[in-house]
Amino acid sequence: MRRTQQRGIVGAFDTPEEIIRAAHELRKSGYRRLEGYTPYPLLDLERAIGRGRSRIGFAVFPFAIAAAAGAYLVQWWTNGVDYPLNAGGRPAHAPPAFVPATFEMAVLFSALAACIILAIWSGLPSLWQPIFEVPGFERASIDKFFLAVSDLDPAFDREATAQRLTELGASRVEPLGVHPATDAELDERLERTEGEES
Amino acid sequence: MATEPVFIGRPTDAELSDQLLSTAWRPWRRLGKIGFLVAILGTLSLFIGITLTVMYGIGMWGNNIPVAWGFGIINFVWWVGIGHAGTFISAVLLLFEQKWRTSINRFAEAMTLFAILQAAMFPVLHLGRPWFAYWIFPYPATMGVWPQFKSALPWDAAAISTYFTVSLVFWYTGLIPDLAAMRDRAPTRAKRFIYGIFALGFTGASSSYRHYRVVYGLLAGLSTPLVLSVHSIVSSDFAITLVPGWHSTIFPPFFVAGAIFSGFAMVLTLVIPVRSLFRLQNVITKRHLDNLAKMVLVTSWVVTYSYILEFFMAWYSGDEYEIFQFFEARPFGPWAWIFWMMMICNAVIPQVFWFRKARHSLAVLWFVSLLVNVGMWAERFVIIVMGLQRDYLPSAWDVFVPTYVDWSIFLGTMGFFLLLFLLFLRFVPFVPLAEVKELKHELSHEEEH
Repeated sequence: MRRTQQRGIVGAFDTPEEIIRAAHELRKSGYRRLEGYTPYPLLDLERAIGRGRSRIGFAVFPFAIAAAAGAYLVQWWTNGVDYPLNAGGRPAHAPPAFVPATFEMAVLFSALAACIILAIWSGLPSLWQPIFEVPGFERASIDKFFLAVSDLDPAFDREATAQRLTELGASRVEPLGVHPATDAELDERLERTEGEES
Repeated sequence: MATEPVFIGRPTDAELSDQLLSTAWRPWRRLGKIGFLVAILGTLSLFIGITLTVMYGIGMWGNNIPVAWGFGIINFVWWVGIGHAGTFISAVLLLFEQKWRTSINRFAEAMTLFAILQAAMFPVLHLGRPWFAYWIFPYPATMGVWPQFKSALPWDAAAISTYFTVSLVFWYTGLIPDLAAMRDRAPTRAKRFIYGIFALGFTGASSSYRHYRVVYGLLAGLSTPLVLSVHSIVSSDFAITLVPGWHSTIFPPFFVAGAIFSGFAMVLTLVIPVRSLFRLQNVITKRHLDNLAKMVLVTSWVVTYSYILEFFMAWYSGDEYEIFQFFEARPFGPWAWIFWMMMICNAVIPQVFWFRKARHSLAVLWFVSLLVNVGMWAERFVIIVMGLQRDYLPSAWDVFVPTYVDWSIFLGTMGFFLLLFLLFLRFVPFVPLAEVKELKHELSHEEEH
């Protein structure tokens, strides 16, 4: 489930305030496929580009339940059924004694599931991505804020979008992607979206 | 009352990045090299101790009947306890939105990881035949037997392995944005390549950060019960037995408080020299040290209260073995001086932190933190050795004497811990850069409003 931008236009901003404002403005003018690249998480930017709260917690929850159930079943089967051992006269199936391992396994598998799902949903690991080719992008992890507009965006227009990014305060605007969409492709898409609207 | 800020000055993000990342590029001065040498010698002593133990067996250690748990378990409990402050800082304080945790959390978390590694060695070596350690897992063995889950040993194994794995995953998740910054700032191609691999191609995309933030909070939420559960489970190793001084329901909270107490002391022991050597006074301010000292004071009182309660319960139980244990064996029996050292280091000395002056003096902070570590080690010694030395049958009484192998392994783990810690300082940005920049951004907003 890769969600990174492959092609389009990217503008660099100097402050978080500018990029958040720019994202709001673009969103207002009908842009839908925006992506921010920032040195640290910016909740307002996520909202501005139209991303809601992550639902990753719901994806992790079943793993927690499954791990707890699995751990308890293993303990019940091994100690209570298959090989009951009388230790200090305690019952073979001793629920209180099975709590620690059950709890620990639930925590362990939730944490692992959370990280693996995070990696999958973020499209990682992926050591090369088209955005890395944008000049100056190495500052995105330091102090610059990049706003990318995908060429799949219904409102995308190479000149107009670039112009708009500059107006909104982008210190530089660069094309994104090794093979930007050709004009013919853009025209075709424009016709298609117009066709859908009519 | 005017408090020190958690962040001093107004550097730009680029200046801050360069300051915090440069620790991994700058060549180390002589002090760092000496540190490495000491750490390697310590590690060597650890491996010699382990080799002797594995070659000749557990008889190389001082523990024997009746004191079957000697240094092995003392050091295990001590090291696990130290780890707890790291998780407390990185997880609990995150959930409580304590801003001061930011610049020390990675540091503390690394301390946790390395402390658990030291701790985990002891129970495995203590098995006597460490190569059979995997028998603790419920795998379908040809012998047709299963682990006994009603014993505390499998609980420990589950708790420690979960604790280590979750701490590692939490730590690495927090590191990813900074590894990306390392990749982007790396001075050479080789470094760029290596950090690039560890950064997994992270771009800082908002669509990733959206999940990232939630996962980070989730991991904090998952780690928080671990702070309480791990040492509670460790304390059950004692509490579910009948040895005088062990069989007590106060043990889980008592152990957790002691763990956080010793952990905060260890954070202070480590952070004070690092802060000075790397000139990080602007991101690790007096406010951080002051807060750490206050936490030491608070947990010291919880521990002291537990001591008082232990004595009260022994007296109140009317059980002559308990009464003898607490009122004869510990304060006046063999090794009594360790008991008194524990009382002085854990209950008396931390009281200096009532004074602001003491909390602001680096020398006082550092020495007190060392003494607390000594005191907490003494506490583990007192609990384990004293109870076993003087249990129900006077004819079976004996005195525990550690051997040179015990000492070489114990001191060796300190060397190995130091080695891992120095490697961490050498190669990893140990102040969380992205989080500090985020904090700076938030603080600048607060100033405007």
